[in-house]
Amino acid sequence: MDFQVVVLAGGSSKNLTPLVSKELPKPLLPVANRPVLSYVLHQLEQNNLKDLIVVVEGEDTALVVGAWISGTFIDRLHVEIAAVPEDIGTAGAIRAISHHLTAKDILVVSGDLVSDVPPGAVAATHRRHDAAVTAMLSSIPVSGPLDSGSSGGKDKAKKLGRYNIIGLDPGKQFLLHIATGAEIEKDARLPKRILRAVGQMEIRSDLMDAHMYAFKRSVLQEVLDLKDTFQSLKEDVLPYLVRSQLKSEALSNRTPQGEENGNEKVTSQNNQVFVSRILANSSTPSFHDHSSENPDGSASTRKTHKCCVYIASSGSYCVRLNSIQAFMDINRDVTGEADHLLTGTSSDPNNNIGPSPKLGTKTTVGPHCMLGEGSEIGDKCQVKRSVIGRHCRIGSHVKVVNSVVMNHVTIGDGCIIQGSVVCSNVQLQERVVLKDCQVGAGFVVTAGSEYKAESLARKEK
Amino acid sequence: MGAQKKSATARVSEDQEELARNPLQAILLADSFATTFRPITLERPKVLLPLVNIPMIDYTLAWLESAGVEEVFVFCCAHSKQVIDYLESSRWSSQPNFSVTTIESHNSISAGDALRLIYERNVIHGDFVLISGDTVSNMSLTQVLQEHKERRKKDANAIMTMVVKKSKPSPITQQSRLGTDELFMAINPVTKQLLCYEDKAEHSKGFISLDKTLIADNPSIILHNDKQDCYIDVCSQEVLSLFTDNFDYQHLRRHFVKGLLVDDIMGYKIFTHEIHSSYAARIDNFRSYDTISKDIIQRWTYPFVPDILCGSSAIKVERQGTYRASDVTLSRSAHIGSFTFIGQGTKIGNDTKISHSVVGEGCTIGSNVTIEGSYIWNNVTIEDGCQLRHAIVCDGVIMKSGAVLQPGVILSFKVVVGQQFVVPAYSKVSLLQQPTQQDSDEELEYADNTSGTGELRSDKLNGDIAADLSETAYELGTGGVGYIWSVFEGAQDEEWKHSVAPIPKDKLVKLMLDKDEDEEQLTQDGNVLSASGELKADSDDNGSEDDDNADSRDDYGFFEKEVEATFLRAVHENVKVDHAVLEVNALRLSYNMASVDCAGAIFYSMMKLAVESPHHSASELHRNAADIITKWVKLLKSFLHDIDEEIEVILKFEEMCLESAKEFAALFPQVLHLLYDKEILQEDAILRWADEKEGADESDKVFLKSSEKFVQWLKEAEEEDEDD
Repeated sequence: MDFQVVVLAGGSSKNLTPLVSKELPKPLLPVANRPVLSYVLHQLEQNNLKDLIVVVEGEDTALVVGAWISGTFIDRLHVEIAAVPEDIGTAGAIRAISHHLTAKDILVVSGDLVSDVPPGAVAATHRRHDAAVTAMLSSIPVSGPLDSGSSGGKDKAKKLGRYNIIGLDPGKQFLLHIATGAEIEKDARLPKRILRAVGQMEIRSDLMDAHMYAFKRSVLQEVLDLKDTFQSLKEDVLPYLVRSQLKSEALSNRTPQGEENGNEKVTSQNNQVFVSRILANSSTPSFHDHSSENPDGSASTRKTHKCCVYIASSGSYCVRLNSIQAFMDINRDVTGEADHLLTGTSSDPNNNIGPSPKLGTKTTVGPHCMLGEGSEIGDKCQVKRSVIGRHCRIGSHVKVVNSVVMNHVTIGDGCIIQGSVVCSNVQLQERVVLKDCQVGAGFVVTAGSEYKAESLARKEK
Repeated sequence: MGAQKKSATARVSEDQEELARNPLQAILLADSFATTFRPITLERPKVLLPLVNIPMIDYTLAWLESAGVEEVFVFCCAHSKQVIDYLESSRWSSQPNFSVTTIESHNSISAGDALRLIYERNVIHGDFVLISGDTVSNMSLTQVLQEHKERRKKDANAIMTMVVKKSKPSPITQQSRLGTDELFMAINPVTKQLLCYEDKAEHSKGFISLDKTLIADNPSIILHNDKQDCYIDVCSQEVLSLFTDNFDYQHLRRHFVKGLLVDDIMGYKIFTHEIHSSYAARIDNFRSYDTISKDIIQRWTYPFVPDILCGSSAIKVERQGTYRASDVTLSRSAHIGSFTFIGQGTKIGNDTKISHSVVGEGCTIGSNVTIEGSYIWNNVTIEDGCQLRHAIVCDGVIMKSGAVLQPGVILSFKVVVGQQFVVPAYSKVSLLQQPTQQDSDEELEYADNTSGTGELRSDKLNGDIAADLSETAYELGTGGVGYIWSVFEGAQDEEWKHSVAPIPKDKLVKLMLDKDEDEEQLTQDGNVLSASGELKADSDDNGSEDDDNADSRDDYGFFEKEVEATFLRAVHENVKVDHAVLEVNALRLSYNMASVDCAGAIFYSMMKLAVESPHHSASELHRNAADIITKWVKLLKSFLHDIDEEIEVILKFEEMCLESAKEFAALFPQVLHLLYDKEILQEDAILRWADEKEGADESDKVFLKSSEKFVQWLKEAEEEDEDD
């Protein structure tokens, strides 16, 4: 398939401090003891999309991520690593690597997507409609934290502010309207022009933009060239393409254009067909019919183009790791209800409870837990709904509930860890109580201290 | 639990009882409260106009009867006598199980008034069907009634169910085939609740706004541009009382429906019912008259088609949709084309061609006549060689030989068109003069901006046109009788939209180009603003601010002129100062100005008067000014309450000296002194003004310098005061 995949892996996300660091950039954050990026890469590999460009922020990150990818996916994927400066936005990142793009269509995937939606299906939809852009939408995850009622409510309230307003055609194939960012806060303004062309539009507010887009390369590059202020694919490029679709051909006929692609005649014919169709008062079978296909495939944005959607089926799992809450949710889901994401991924050999970690006597490890390779747990411990990384040493009488413990963590006797994230190389001394906390890498929590809903991290030197 | 169950069953049985007790009722509005069918409706009510040779109201009543309605209240207002007479003489007055009662009113000007009147009569006892007498349908009411009742049981606020039908409007004319303006509806696809209804929105607006709470409440909303409102509503009793409660509701859709949708305090809900296979349409304008006539001839409205409705076997349907009454006298060489109706007793001469037309009863059509897409009512005489294309010709019209009707012509009752005369396209011809007053008794109308744009505007212009009318009255060729109604120039462009004539090609092309320009505009705007949502908001704000500023500036200009006029009148008519003060105060209130503005405006008027009164030298001008100021000092002083206002006067004077009355420039210090002497300006005000000006540009200080001495003197005087 002539598809190039751009994985926007990002770098150090501010939302995720203190979990991310120079040594552990966002793409490598462990989800069920495996870098989050591996889920995307694995999906791509499964769908035979093997020509990849992984874009990360900053040279340092590029090195770390590159090393990991070449170590894990060598021979299996053809991966280029491209480093871009920080804070140039998703559109900026694409612009920066634009010269690497050669294929006819580009699939842009966010590196923090943990999903079982096949990217190949999105690509196929894109191809089938010959669309300028195809966006993958998924239902807003209501699953989330089902077990913990309180945080569930909070999460829902938070999501309500973040929903997208999406307009679809009756066949749910075309994207007719999208409101993102600040626009959502206002009353929805829907363009009548598009509505007239389509007849009816379904406005959905229960769909989430999953940050997986297939673009026609020529369109993408042209938009990025023309609109150098565009920062974000989601908030600038996609709405722009959606807004400018379905312009009638008469327009492009009249406006003199720099590029002559020899279809002037075609369009004028189409134009006549269009008028006669209206005269005959017949309904157009498809509102895209009066669009012209450019023979050389270099559709310009001034021409009618199609914006399509691929709506993930409601049962599929699709979450982005873009907040600490999401990090916790994903870790729990992947070890729990969405564990099919793990099976078959042979990138890491240590599945759920790795090769015989040493468990002390009377220690219970509940279901939906994961213990990494070489971890040791002392006596009379309880581990519930948690992920524990590799080579951790956990003392006796330790309780770990709803938490993520990364690698090489030392936990002293009598610690209670609830709803927290403990990063690599952290040392928790005896009788530490953590509730809803995040402990940054290498931090040492002194014995007996109690923290609630705090973020602990080493001071940056 | 048991009690609940009991009450539930009790309610069900109650419902059933209610059903049994109350016959299904309908309110039929035999008045459209619009002017779209003028001039025809000046002489005959719209519901009695023949639609394929049968009065419109018969279609409506026949449908209601077949749909199981048992009691119909016909509300008539305009030409109520004609409607009542017709109903009494028709078969509807003597039907078993179907009673038609007329309710007459003489002063209702809108559907709202009609429903209020019906509410007062207290004749409606349950759910009812609300339609107007120009509706043609063959849908079954069973399902929509059932849906309505079930919803009502669950939710007492679901008071109305609207019937909608798919109709893809043309993206170019933004109209449906019925000639109605584009309509946007937002409907919840699951509950079918109507969330937004926007007809005839300002066309300049390229966007539809949906309230964000709507979106938050409904995860999925379908926004329709392809639905047509059939104007068939199933309503609960509350609808009537709502009209009474909200006495300003006039229009069923624009006020009532929108009012309910916007007002969420009462929580009333409107639902929609979509029909797919059956027919429902309302004759709203000439274009829909044309469309629906064709639909009837093509039997989409079956069983409500002429041959069945007439009952008698007088009308036969032939091939190609030709309907012919039995006793038509047809020349051998006459050619009757497809989809044509020829009524009883009509005579058609040699070589005449008729196609896609309706010819009523008792018409005489000569030889070599061409009739295409036209509607010819009863007893019309068309002489040899006439040509009619897409015209409506009412009863008793005589077209002399060789007359030509261009597309879109409406000939009202008994008009005579002279020999060889060509009636221009879209003309409306009547024996009656175009009414000069809106409130004519012929057809009471509610100022309807949407349906009668052209006519209403032309009515407004009538004052000017009336003078010419007598000359244009017989402008229908030799022997012609009738007035050609003038159309407001701007409306001419709109005329084709609602006309019986098909939309001309050039209009379509033009519209398309226009539309593209709009689009261009829109998208360009979008591009400029698209960088972020905030940017958009900013620019919006800026725009409106500018507007506001412009408005207030304009306002001040008007205000100043008004004050000046008042002042001049006061001067010339020797109005007492007190009265002048009152008048200016009234102006101040009506223009929402501050007393500062009054002071400025009055001073301006005074100085202007001084300049305009004859003078030869600067000293004379000074004397003029002194006289005026002395005389009207009280007027000015009554608006000078504090120092700021006094400073305003000085600033105003400065402005005048620079711009409108440069002659005063030389006199600035003298006048200033004069104002001081007359105690109009206090020394504080002058000194503060001087202080403020101190820091200004050199160019601004011209007057300060010229009055330097005076200011200096004031300062010294003040210091002396202090010394004392």
